[in-house]
Amino acid sequence: MDPFFIITSLLKIVGILFVVILPMVSYAVYAERKVSAAIQDRLGPNRVGPAGLFQPIADMFKLLLKEDFTPRNVNTFYYWLAPCLAVMPAIITIAVVPFGSTLFGVPMVIADVNVGILFVFAIASLGVYGIVIGGWASNSKYPFLGGIRSSSQMLSYELSLGLAVIPVFLLVGNLRLTSVVRYQIEHGWFIAPFVGDWMNPWKWVLAVPMIISFLVFMIAIFAETNRLPFDLPEAEQELAGGYNTEYSSMKFALFFLGEYAAMITGSAVIVTLFFGGWHFPGIPDGSRGWIFGVINIAVFFAKVAIMIFIFMWVRWTLPRFRYDQLMRLGWLFFFEIALVNIFVAAWILAYFPSS
Amino acid sequence: MPPFLFWLFASLMLVFGAAVVLNRNPVASALSLVVSFLGLAALFMSLDAYFVGIIQVLVYAGAVMVLFLFIIMLLNLRAEEGRRINWLAATGGIVVALILVIQIFSVIGHFQAARQTFPSLERSTTDDVWNIGALLFSNYNLPFQIVGVLVLVATIGVVLLSKREPR
Amino acid sequence: MITLGDYLIVSGILFAIGFAGVMLRRNLIIILMSLELMLNAANLSLVAFSRFRVSPAGLPNYNAQVFVFFIITVAAAEVAVGLAILVALFRARQTTDVKDISELKF
Repeated sequence: MDPFFIITSLLKIVGILFVVILPMVSYAVYAERKVSAAIQDRLGPNRVGPAGLFQPIADMFKLLLKEDFTPRNVNTFYYWLAPCLAVMPAIITIAVVPFGSTLFGVPMVIADVNVGILFVFAIASLGVYGIVIGGWASNSKYPFLGGIRSSSQMLSYELSLGLAVIPVFLLVGNLRLTSVVRYQIEHGWFIAPFVGDWMNPWKWVLAVPMIISFLVFMIAIFAETNRLPFDLPEAEQELAGGYNTEYSSMKFALFFLGEYAAMITGSAVIVTLFFGGWHFPGIPDGSRGWIFGVINIAVFFAKVAIMIFIFMWVRWTLPRFRYDQLMRLGWLFFFEIALVNIFVAAWILAYFPSS
Repeated sequence: MPPFLFWLFASLMLVFGAAVVLNRNPVASALSLVVSFLGLAALFMSLDAYFVGIIQVLVYAGAVMVLFLFIIMLLNLRAEEGRRINWLAATGGIVVALILVIQIFSVIGHFQAARQTFPSLERSTTDDVWNIGALLFSNYNLPFQIVGVLVLVATIGVVLLSKREPR
Repeated sequence: MITLGDYLIVSGILFAIGFAGVMLRRNLIIILMSLELMLNAANLSLVAFSRFRVSPAGLPNYNAQVFVFFIITVAAAEVAVGLAILVALFRARQTTDVKDISELKF
């Protein structure tokens, strides 16, 4: 293998992980507190640094310095393994998401594999192990219930998650995430095709199943990341924290970080699939100069930040579902909608005149 | 793929596969099986079968094993203990498995085609997702539909089996 | 270099491990897992043969990979049915040990 490829890949991995994702995770926690404060008409964290901007650093020190307590009856090996498993999948997933066009001729995606979206689903589905093992190894009843809830919830919503994106790939004809972005640059974003021949009615008819896809996908992502209104595995009021009840200090923080990392990668996948990835109308790609390459990356992460804001908005607005309602919603409602949506999209592609 | 990666993933798969059989705790067995399947998926990818490899992770590691864990936890199965090992059955099982391994070694040792190394591929046309899809919807259309019916039957069967009978 | 034989031997050992699991263990859930190991050993041989039997156009033989796809689908259905039977059995007898289910009728 040529050394140039290895060096640029390493640079991309280190850059995306330590410069973008991890700071983003810690500031997502800060943003969550600020957004919740704004929604509840409070001030939120404002003591550490200007407008409380250093709060994540203070939080980090607090969590690191707390006593790392291991309860007596836990299954020690799995108890330690679970928090690590909770963070890993969410961070690995970002490897196939194109976060920019090109920078100095280097494509801004870590691994452009031809099974892109399947890779995302496969690795994201491993995220459940952290929660399930954590719940089981704690050897206590509330974490155990949280683990069981999490496993069945993940399995149920993975169906809608997978079915919801099929219309997108019917149109693109390729599972690569970079092809999805390239298609959207040429033909307009899937849910708002304003680029190119936007007067073409075909694209607007096709945008209807795409919007349904987007809504189902986003709701399934809410369930997969255990965010409210689907945070049954950790529901504070009924399970006292669910799978992370017995955890303290940095191990608890890792579960917390895992949830936010999953939210960020989920938003990144949504942005790539439905909002044109790094593309913004009127801004050329990185082949026109490195400044545009940087702007493309900034556009991508700005879109991700907007998606994260929507995640928080929903969390602090909607109440939690009951568990049977959650299951009924997944199996009797979203599953069918996603299934019918595939047929609608296929029908439009086959029979509706394209111009 | 460099040879050492092949041996790494192959030994990972085999060691954790053996751990599935040897562990007394069902949860530990299930998690070992997950690691074993991840190693297997890596071996699939070393054979340029990316689609099959990722489907392996998605279906087995992501869904089937979560189902196993769910059932183990739902039934609250603990590690089996206190039961005496039936030494006759144990030695019988190990001996039969060993004979199987020896037989496989001898058959492959006499198999000329097994000595070949990787033949080269035409990289430009090997989009395996596309190729498998095309084959699935042309040559294997009928089996594909039959498998669909099979999955439907399995779904209905599972619903019927797991329903509690009214008392 | 890695040869076809290496893949076949690894697959054979995996099959033997699964086989030994079915013979040795009495917990139904472990037996089901061992069955999965055996099925996957077969998958590994199939994919290995597919990669080492390249067509004149320079493509692997995708028939074997389609076959693996079918095996995975059927195996997933099999696991679902098997676990459902196991749950029904557990409700009736509170056990998953094959030794405790030796009567034909209960």
